Amino acid sequence: MTLQRRWLIAAGAGFIVALVLPRVGVPTFYISLLTQAWIYAIVAMSLDLLVGFTGLVNFSQAALFGVGAYAVAIAATRYHVVDFFPVVCIGIIAAVVTAAIFGLVALRSEGVGFIIITIALNEIVWGLAYQWVSVSGGDNGITGIVRPPVGPFDVSANTGYYYVCLAFFVISLILLSVIVRSPFGLVLKGVRETPRRMRALGYNVWLYRYFAMMISAGFAGLAGVLFAWYNQFVGPTSLSLDQSTQILIMVILGGIGTLYGQLFGALVVVFLSNELSAVTQRWEMVLGVVYFVVVMYAPGGLVVLVPRLWARLRGLRPAVERT
Amino acid sequence: MDLRFFAQNALGGLAYGSLLFLIASGLTLVFGLMRIINLAQTAFYLLGAYVGLTLVAHGFDFWLSSVAGGVVTMVLGLAVYSAFLHRYHADPLTSLLLTLGFALILDDGILALWGGDPRSVSPPPMLRGSIQIGTLVFPEYWLAVIAISFTVAAIMFVSLRRTMLGVIIRASVDDEEMARGLGVDVNRAFYVVFAAGALIAGIGGLLGGPITSAYPGLDGELTPLAFAVVIVGGMGSLTGALVGSILIGLVNAFGKAMFPELSYFTIFVPVALIMAFRPQGLFGRKQ
Repeated sequence: MTLQRRWLIAAGAGFIVALVLPRVGVPTFYISLLTQAWIYAIVAMSLDLLVGFTGLVNFSQAALFGVGAYAVAIAATRYHVVDFFPVVCIGIIAAVVTAAIFGLVALRSEGVGFIIITIALNEIVWGLAYQWVSVSGGDNGITGIVRPPVGPFDVSANTGYYYVCLAFFVISLILLSVIVRSPFGLVLKGVRETPRRMRALGYNVWLYRYFAMMISAGFAGLAGVLFAWYNQFVGPTSLSLDQSTQILIMVILGGIGTLYGQLFGALVVVFLSNELSAVTQRWEMVLGVVYFVVVMYAPGGLVVLVPRLWARLRGLRPAVERT
Repeated sequence: MDLRFFAQNALGGLAYGSLLFLIASGLTLVFGLMRIINLAQTAFYLLGAYVGLTLVAHGFDFWLSSVAGGVVTMVLGLAVYSAFLHRYHADPLTSLLLTLGFALILDDGILALWGGDPRSVSPPPMLRGSIQIGTLVFPEYWLAVIAISFTVAAIMFVSLRRTMLGVIIRASVDDEEMARGLGVDVNRAFYVVFAAGALIAGIGGLLGGPITSAYPGLDGELTPLAFAVVIVGGMGSLTGALVGSILIGLVNAFGKAMFPELSYFTIFVPVALIMAFRPQGLFGRKQ
């Protein structure tokens, strides 16, 4: 009980820090990076619902994220639908519909087969964005996306938009936490652990996986919408396989099956890739090396690694003092 | 759709498909044997192409350069395999992420060494002509690529069916534990298959050069096609890779000709159909 209270206090404190950061003179550049981290944390959590709670390693999450982003761009530039809430809804629905189609194809398979098929699906959607120039703008993408006001609030400036993304991150975290603790979430965990037993108990495993994919896609689509407004530009790189992998790396780095850990994963990846690209032209190469390091040395994620390192440090300290 | 359109695209698709086989055969065998999804396989192809075209530019023979490109790729692939990958052969997710990290490193390295401009490759002088049948014109080089790929496929089939190593590989695919229990050196089969996959993809790089040319990002464009081949043909099946390559090559060629903006989407159709009616792929085995 005390542990849970401690977590609540930590989360509350973190939230308050996040609230005041733009007001205490943190440079706009970092506010902008933090905004990006909130957005990526949403999509990373959406993937964690599948990887950590349902046991589906989905490599097409970037495609769903991208579909949300392209939905904003296409709605705004072709159909002049620019209001905040309608566009959010359009983006989420577009991603959910895409996931409903993906699920029909990919859930015919399990395990490694599922991974391979979702890779192919992600690449096919990327191919569409890359080639279907008349709709997606091809490699040049779509520019000229404007951040609409949220009700009476103008959020076109970076600080205002920071709060929008923070709010959506908190809402998503709460919603997803409720979902994984609900009876539905418990069935998902059962499906992850022993699909055969769940089948024997009369659960429709396929349907639960299908629903999990669509719920996850809703959050991925939401993140995509926020990302389109954040960048004010959408291009095919936002739904590439590299993007899917980066999201998965955030999940692994944060700690699979933790939800809140994805925020740390997102923060590390966003800051690292930005700092790296500022320091060296060869940042992609460094990012590749980071994949190696994460996968080989931190498979449990920071949530496991940091306390362990901390414990080791504390364990070492007396020994150092004694000598 | 007149005959000319049909014949031209059929041959183009066949040539492209036979290139895909050089990539997908390694992908499917490595997966079938070691459960490693090698996302660096198309980057192997690209590396082979760049090494090869550099050698050609220095005046070396086309075929020799192609093989040299394959050997360089193989050495690099083996180094990564023995240093990192072979520890994770039962862990598809870890090995997948490692190969993706490696693909990033390789791509960026290629960009650093050769720059971002597309490089075109001209076929060897003796194959620059074309064969004319009535009103149909077929570049000789395309026919040569098809012939070479089918020869490679034949060699692979014979080695899998007729050699001791092939027996070991097939036994390990079927039941690795039992093969190990019988004292078979399964690890050696792993090394050989990974090396062969990298070698063939690397050789394919320069061979495919006159058809695909070489540029950073080409590997990303080939990945969906190669994976579609593996899904349609069945994971782990060499026959499946051959049939799948031809099928995807043809679908891609006709898709490009008929719906130029949607050619990747046309690949989705065979993938979705296979998943609906035969999820294990045309020649895959039920798991």
